[in-house]
Amino acid sequence: MSSLLEVSGISVTFDGYRAIRNLSFSIGEAELRAIIGPNGAGKTTFMDIVTGKTKPDEGKVIWGEKSTNLLRLNEARIAQIGIGRKFQRPTVFEDQTVQANLMMALRNKRAPFPVLFWRPSFEDHSRVEELASEIGLADELSRKSGELSHGQKQWLEIGMLLAQEPRLLLVDEPAAGMTLAEREHTTDLLKEAAKTRAVVVVEHDMEFVRRLECKVTVLHEGSVLAEGSLDHVTANPQVIEVYLGR
Amino acid sequence: MRQSFILRNPSILIFLACLAAFTVIVTLLSHAYGTAFISTSFVKTLGKTLCLCLVAIAMDLVWGYCGILSLGHFAFFGLGGYMVGMWLMYARTELIVAGSMANAAIPPTPQEVRDAIGTQIFGVVGSSEFPPIWMFAHSFWAQMALVVLIPGALALVFGWLAFRSRVTGVYLSILTQAMTLALSLYLFQNESGLRGNNGLSGLQNLPGVSASQDYISVWFLWASAVALGLGYVLAAWVVSGKFGSVVRGIRDDEARVRFLGYSVEGYKLFVFTLTAIIAGIAGALYYPQAGIINPGEVAPIASIYLAVWVAIGGRGRLYGAVIGAALVSLVSTWFTGGQVPSVNLGFYRIDWVDWWLVLLGLTFVLVTLFAPKGIGGLFDLVTERFAPNRHGANYGPDQGSLLEKEGRK
Repeated sequence: MSSLLEVSGISVTFDGYRAIRNLSFSIGEAELRAIIGPNGAGKTTFMDIVTGKTKPDEGKVIWGEKSTNLLRLNEARIAQIGIGRKFQRPTVFEDQTVQANLMMALRNKRAPFPVLFWRPSFEDHSRVEELASEIGLADELSRKSGELSHGQKQWLEIGMLLAQEPRLLLVDEPAAGMTLAEREHTTDLLKEAAKTRAVVVVEHDMEFVRRLECKVTVLHEGSVLAEGSLDHVTANPQVIEVYLGR
Repeated sequence: MRQSFILRNPSILIFLACLAAFTVIVTLLSHAYGTAFISTSFVKTLGKTLCLCLVAIAMDLVWGYCGILSLGHFAFFGLGGYMVGMWLMYARTELIVAGSMANAAIPPTPQEVRDAIGTQIFGVVGSSEFPPIWMFAHSFWAQMALVVLIPGALALVFGWLAFRSRVTGVYLSILTQAMTLALSLYLFQNESGLRGNNGLSGLQNLPGVSASQDYISVWFLWASAVALGLGYVLAAWVVSGKFGSVVRGIRDDEARVRFLGYSVEGYKLFVFTLTAIIAGIAGALYYPQAGIINPGEVAPIASIYLAVWVAIGGRGRLYGAVIGAALVSLVSTWFTGGQVPSVNLGFYRIDWVDWWLVLLGLTFVLVTLFAPKGIGGLFDLVTERFAPNRHGANYGPDQGSLLEKEGRK
């Protein structure tokens, strides 16, 4: 299987603290992957590097068939070539409607002048409605997103990611603060998304990870400790010691 | 869900109707075309106020919608004024010089005429040479193009440097203040070629127009009203579609917009430059009505006033900016004109010319604390503008983001 994203040997130091040490990671075209690890293991920093927010001190991040070097691109360019990111807190544009949020995320031209003259076509409208029903917000299209519940905002953000049509989705703790029913819906959304693209889920919650039924990568102190099925990694004595044992 | 542009922005029609009614009423009460109820100088004040409303719209676009608290937009306003002033002074002096030389025995050469104009204009700063920046002053169209090009180019270069380095929040505000201060100090020098602290004067006289100021003042009022109307429609159009969504997204959470794939710097630069151009046009219409422009006009305080107007009127809505600018600048004219009777407290006389600034400052603080939506917020009582309750949280993590109190009814 050819890999979509290939991260090799990256290291980052913040004020003398080595947040990421010689980390290597790769993911294929249509794959669901969970990343777990204790606090400070470098999960969020890893996402920051892939999305261009943080530049690593050393290492390589290679993307796609053309082997693009992501370290040379800025955040906006990386998003444009097909990497979508969901933050830990739900970050939607609270002052705008669900429709406007989705419309903004929809895959279209991103430069100021085309956007200024852009008006939604019939397809754009139906695509937004389709996405809204997928994330269970079809009846909330004209509501301001600031009014939605916490779980609904999380879904809206996932919907915005899907609207971008990324080839790789990075999702940071999607289940945080959700009710049980909401978690199940979220699991389904992510599994469905992973059929056509790569999805990386960073998560604390073991139960949630178990439900994803996917390969798991365990991070510890900035590097990969173990990789494999959830049962495989939870049987690993090192993993039990640093993470599960506590 | 799909409606026409006007339907989605009902404030446009209401605004244009009010503006038209205002213009017609002032015209009918003027010396030139009506009952002479309003003095010509007051017509000019009203015309100038319309220009200030236009620059307030620009400020609202850049601050209220895009979250960039620029405290330098009066620099662009002043530059627009200087550009139009150069042509007005040159053309009018040329007519005077040509008139006085016409009686000479030998007809003057073009060079002699040009030298004479230079002596007339720059005698006051002890020079008679035309500085290179007056190269296009003889051409009306070139100078009109510069009204747009000079503020636009300055904003483009300044904005590119500032936004590229991701300067945001209060640091950007300080940087814009430094820009307008630097421009003001530069213009104060006689070597700047724009007559130093004398500035450009006599701008109320249009070359080749024999009509009296009674008429000219009304013409400028019309021109200002048209510019304000067009500016309002343009601004409403810019913020109505997806562009408006992106720009408001930048105001509330620019990192998120970046991860959606929009180049935040490009959008900021676009809005900054567009508003600088609008400000330049407003200035070009303002100063012929004021009659004089000097470097004091682009002093840092002027741009701060602009932010105060928009804040009092209510940022993030275009009509709020217009109302704020019109009301505060007219009341300010009234207070500082010495027409308000002083209050005698027995032990102290409150002279409003001196105390007006204190009153304005107090109003600003009170509005910010107790009515953050400003005067524009009053309209929400009628239209029930709908906004989410955020339980005290702001609409986004960025410094310029809309406060909950500004959004909520």
